[in-house]
Amino acid sequence: MKLVTAIIKPHQLDEVKEALEAYGISGMTVSEASGYGRQRGHSEVYRGAEYTVDFVPKVRVEVLVDDIDASSVAEVILKSAQTGRIGDGKIWTIPVEDVVRVRTGERGVDAL
Amino acid sequence: MVLRMSATTFVTADVPFTDSGNTAWVLAAAALVLFMTPGLALFYGGMVRTKSVLNMMMMSFITMGTVGTVWILWGYSETFGPDLGGGLLGNPFTHFGLKGILDQIYGYVPADAAAGTAAAGGIPAPAFVAFQVVFAIIAVALVSGAIADRAKFTAWTVFTVVWSTLVYFPAAHWVFAFSGYAADTGGWIANKADGLLFGGAAAYDFAGGTAIHINAGAAGLALAIVLGKRIGFAKEPMRPHNLTLVMIGAGILWFGWFGFNAGSALGAGTQAAGVWVNTLAATCTAMLGWLVVEKFRDGHPTSLGAASGVVAGLVAITPACATVSPIGALIVGLVAGAGCALAVGLKFRFGFDDSLDVVGVHLVGGLIGTLLIGLLATKGSPTGAAGLDVNEGLFYGGGFSQLGAQALGAFVVLVFSFVMTYLIGLAIHKTMGFRVDETQESQGVDLSEHAESAYDLSGLSGGRFGSSGAISTTAPTAKTHEGAKA
Repeated sequence: MKLVTAIIKPHQLDEVKEALEAYGISGMTVSEASGYGRQRGHSEVYRGAEYTVDFVPKVRVEVLVDDIDASSVAEVILKSAQTGRIGDGKIWTIPVEDVVRVRTGERGVDAL
Repeated sequence: MVLRMSATTFVTADVPFTDSGNTAWVLAAAALVLFMTPGLALFYGGMVRTKSVLNMMMMSFITMGTVGTVWILWGYSETFGPDLGGGLLGNPFTHFGLKGILDQIYGYVPADAAAGTAAAGGIPAPAFVAFQVVFAIIAVALVSGAIADRAKFTAWTVFTVVWSTLVYFPAAHWVFAFSGYAADTGGWIANKADGLLFGGAAAYDFAGGTAIHINAGAAGLALAIVLGKRIGFAKEPMRPHNLTLVMIGAGILWFGWFGFNAGSALGAGTQAAGVWVNTLAATCTAMLGWLVVEKFRDGHPTSLGAASGVVAGLVAITPACATVSPIGALIVGLVAGAGCALAVGLKFRFGFDDSLDVVGVHLVGGLIGTLLIGLLATKGSPTGAAGLDVNEGLFYGGGFSQLGAQALGAFVVLVFSFVMTYLIGLAIHKTMGFRVDETQESQGVDLSEHAESAYDLSGLSGGRFGSSGAISTTAPTAKTHEGAKA
């Protein structure tokens, strides 16, 4: 099993969620995040004083998938999250040793 | 300033009586002005960071407790009691605890058979007491914006009592105590008579450009210097944490300010109505002026700029609202809005951390309004319309006499306030300490000074992360603090 994690622009969340549902993914975890990559932050001006805000708001989407789905799920997120403009985010995939469904105690692929 | 009413009630015996319309307006205006202090708490509170919003709001709130108490005990008497000499100070003991005040009537005008005018009713003295205490409260609260994020709350509380007693009450006596209103001899800035300091300035300051705004602004500058800069000043971003609070606060201030200015007519008539309109006029152009500066300088008109422009305009029209025409009020507002927008950047150039721009808005705005009277004072003003005399300003052919009076009043209040506040601030700083330590400042003064946090937005466990389930009800030994495990 694999964990696919994507950092995306907040306003792309709905598109990513719909694309994942259309692909057949039955669940995901979403959290608010902030950070910066190569685009750095943005500037804001208060009473004439300009501040550089390094950490910009992002959304982190996490999906647990079977090994064979991992690359296609990453591809689905890529297509739905991409705007082509700076700050679109990143996607990465890491191996997962075990998964347990808390309600039933099912393990492994059955728990996905 | 006393307004002569055209009363319809005729009484034959010359016994002072009250006018119910005047009384009702002054009482309502007093409540409006009290509401400005919670409004200021929102205005200031939204501008600080999340970790110090409660402390910021409490610094305003506490003035309602301390200054209100002090006012009843000796503040009223010190401001409006019999003058001790030179128009410098009222006797704080004459009306201690409001002794001998409750049955008095102020502002009553007897019938004048020669002039053919009827007697005009005044207001009960307690209505005047109420109207003036709310001025004292907000004047002190204004200062707190200069020392956001870093002051010890007990030190600030002590400061509110000492500063109101040694700085505000004297300045208010100079400016607001008219001879023959509450006492025979009033303050030296408001009146002109032998025996007063400089023979009296007879400056126009209808609702407190000098006594309140220049005073609070100069005091803010002095305290900002005594306390020093916040950790990270001009390096870290110190963004306003909630601009919606700032805009609500500015709206409440604008609302309450109609009581502040129009209430200062101390009656419900021609002068009060004209002042109301001028107060609106200046605020409109001040908001526009601030936003235009932002658009050209920074590229975007901001919500903080709109809220700040509103306050700058209200500050500047405060002294001028009764003695300028509506066009004059539009000019006062425009100059103040643009001028204050440019002035708020000065703290970075001069390196003092006047955190919420008490200097840039109140000192600068107060000076603009007070001095522009010297140019724009006219008989075509609310005061002139009410049949009272106005010494016209430079632009109306009145020469430099009024401008000189305005400058004298403004300058003396500025210097007096700065020097006195610096000394008071230093005395408190050297004895009890005026500033929290570095760790407390980094963690936030809400936690160190009040043991509270403003916002609990987490849905976990029905409340904040890591809060303990066991809450002791015995307050003195209660050690269960949320977040203790975090």
